[in-house]
Amino acid sequence: MNLEEYKGVYVFAQQVDNEISSIAYELLGKGKELAATLETEVVAVLIGYQVKGLADKLAEYGADKVIVVDDPELEVYRTEPYAHALSSVINQYKPEIVLVGATAIGRDLGPTVSARVATGLTADCTVLEIGDFPLNPIPGQEQKHNQLLMTRPAFGGNTIATIACPDNRPQMATVRPGVMQKIEPIVGAKAVVEEFNPGFTPNSRYVTIKEVVKAVSDTVDIMDAKVLVSGGRGVGSAENFKILEDLAEVLGGTVSCSRAVVDNGWKPKDLQVGQTGKTVRPQIYFAIGISGAIQHVAGMEESDIIVAINKDEDAPIFDVADYGVVGDLNKIVPQLTAALKAAMAEK
Amino acid sequence: MKIVVCIKQVPDTKGGVKFNPDGTLDRAAMLAIMNPDDKAGLEAALRLKDQYGAEVTVLTMGLPKAADVLREAIAMGADKGILVTDRVLGGADTWATSTTIAGAIRNLEYDLIITGRQAIDGDTAQVGPQIAEHLGIPVISYAQDIKVEGNKVIVQRQYDDRYHILESQMPCLITALSELNEPRYMTPGGIFDACAAEITTWGRADLKDVEDCNLGLKGSPTKIAKASDKVRKGAGEKIVPESPEDAVAYIVGKFKEKHII
Repeated sequence: MNLEEYKGVYVFAQQVDNEISSIAYELLGKGKELAATLETEVVAVLIGYQVKGLADKLAEYGADKVIVVDDPELEVYRTEPYAHALSSVINQYKPEIVLVGATAIGRDLGPTVSARVATGLTADCTVLEIGDFPLNPIPGQEQKHNQLLMTRPAFGGNTIATIACPDNRPQMATVRPGVMQKIEPIVGAKAVVEEFNPGFTPNSRYVTIKEVVKAVSDTVDIMDAKVLVSGGRGVGSAENFKILEDLAEVLGGTVSCSRAVVDNGWKPKDLQVGQTGKTVRPQIYFAIGISGAIQHVAGMEESDIIVAINKDEDAPIFDVADYGVVGDLNKIVPQLTAALKAAMAEK
Repeated sequence: MKIVVCIKQVPDTKGGVKFNPDGTLDRAAMLAIMNPDDKAGLEAALRLKDQYGAEVTVLTMGLPKAADVLREAIAMGADKGILVTDRVLGGADTWATSTTIAGAIRNLEYDLIITGRQAIDGDTAQVGPQIAEHLGIPVISYAQDIKVEGNKVIVQRQYDDRYHILESQMPCLITALSELNEPRYMTPGGIFDACAAEITTWGRADLKDVEDCNLGLKGSPTKIAKASDKVRKGAGEKIVPESPEDAVAYIVGKFKEKHII
């Protein structure tokens, strides 16, 4: 493998129902930064059916070029035709770096494609940078420059590891949604749009979609919320989430929850924060009746201000909270809602 | 029907994490359990066995002591256990691991392969789909329900805000979510069987159609540059107020200080 042949930072621009997922813009934001360091271009790979019209959006968020793979077989995500599409793009264009969102789609597509093109893949990265591998020179070993250094949490967030892929190309990573920053969109920006179709012939690896069942949910995406009022097991019941909803409403925020709440059936999974839920970084995060298991903390510790209310003085959530209050949430939360309402009315 | 379930012995992350000097995990120093998603996968296989009749083979790759999880699986109801262990396989990333497991599975007959979605040590979710890729069979990840109809499987595949009902030909690989089911306990008879059961042990020489350059630490495209314990930002203030009013006054005061309100 001639590593020098591989150029460019490529981003899988995930779309669902012909709507670009937020992660695609986040990856473009980071990809642009990496491309600048490497003095190369950032390319969005847009895969779907009748999706060409989305290319301008990707340009506004930083794509220099958009490769469109458009085919009826690609209308709804399935592993095989998508893996064929992305691996064919990789074989044809030879990118140096390929970034994929660590979503329920990307965590299926990424491993399949990396195995198909025989390269390494680092999962669920939270930091990406360009640097040397090994980090420090080791006598008798070549130190390679301009490598993608991929940092990820492991062991449920107990540890972090920085991984490189020095001898194979492309260097591939899946990236945790909500971690990388999008750029401010440049209105009217245009990218070079190139269509590429490797041909899709269904075989035994194409599964059949018998039904698509969408969760009935009118909730906003908690990853976009500026204020999150998050409840845990301590809230006690689905009904008692009402007091959290009232608090959220006063601050223009949204309710989210911990895994225990989902397991108890009090709230749907799309409101879950944490390792097996979503990573959030709102301006204010209330952790109410949440003990603060490491898996939960991994999903919210980047929040600007963390307020914890818990009756257990030794709850680990107090180790990450900026403002911790030991006490009964049933008494404190309604009074806090009333006080904030009054304070805001004054203004 | 023949089902192969891939399981992994993982360190219980609740007990703290230890490293070797080279940055790799010191698994020997940690308490070991069967990975939760894999256990759900095993339970799914055992339910198919109860319902349709099936031979369930559990397979693991790891140190010799990983045979413990195979015996646990047999005690739950699996029929056979295969341990893939060899010094040259150590330090493998997901590419080398999936290459190894695919090489072992090529020796077996199977209609269905079930793996857990991800292991709690690495959290990558990569090995299942990569095994399918090496074997050239379809993969359905994130399964929250599995049914068999003739030579087909019908699977509910979970996404963020929806699920798809997918139908696939067998053979097929499915990765299981722990939400799939509540795994059964070992039975006294099962534990008796497990003690008596012979665990098949395979080494490098038993792997089919794999090259040395794709195995172990040397065959892993990804390399660890650095590994460490996570440094957290640390605690801020914590108060134990006299009354709910004090608590509210404290939070409102802080919000005013920060110009939030």
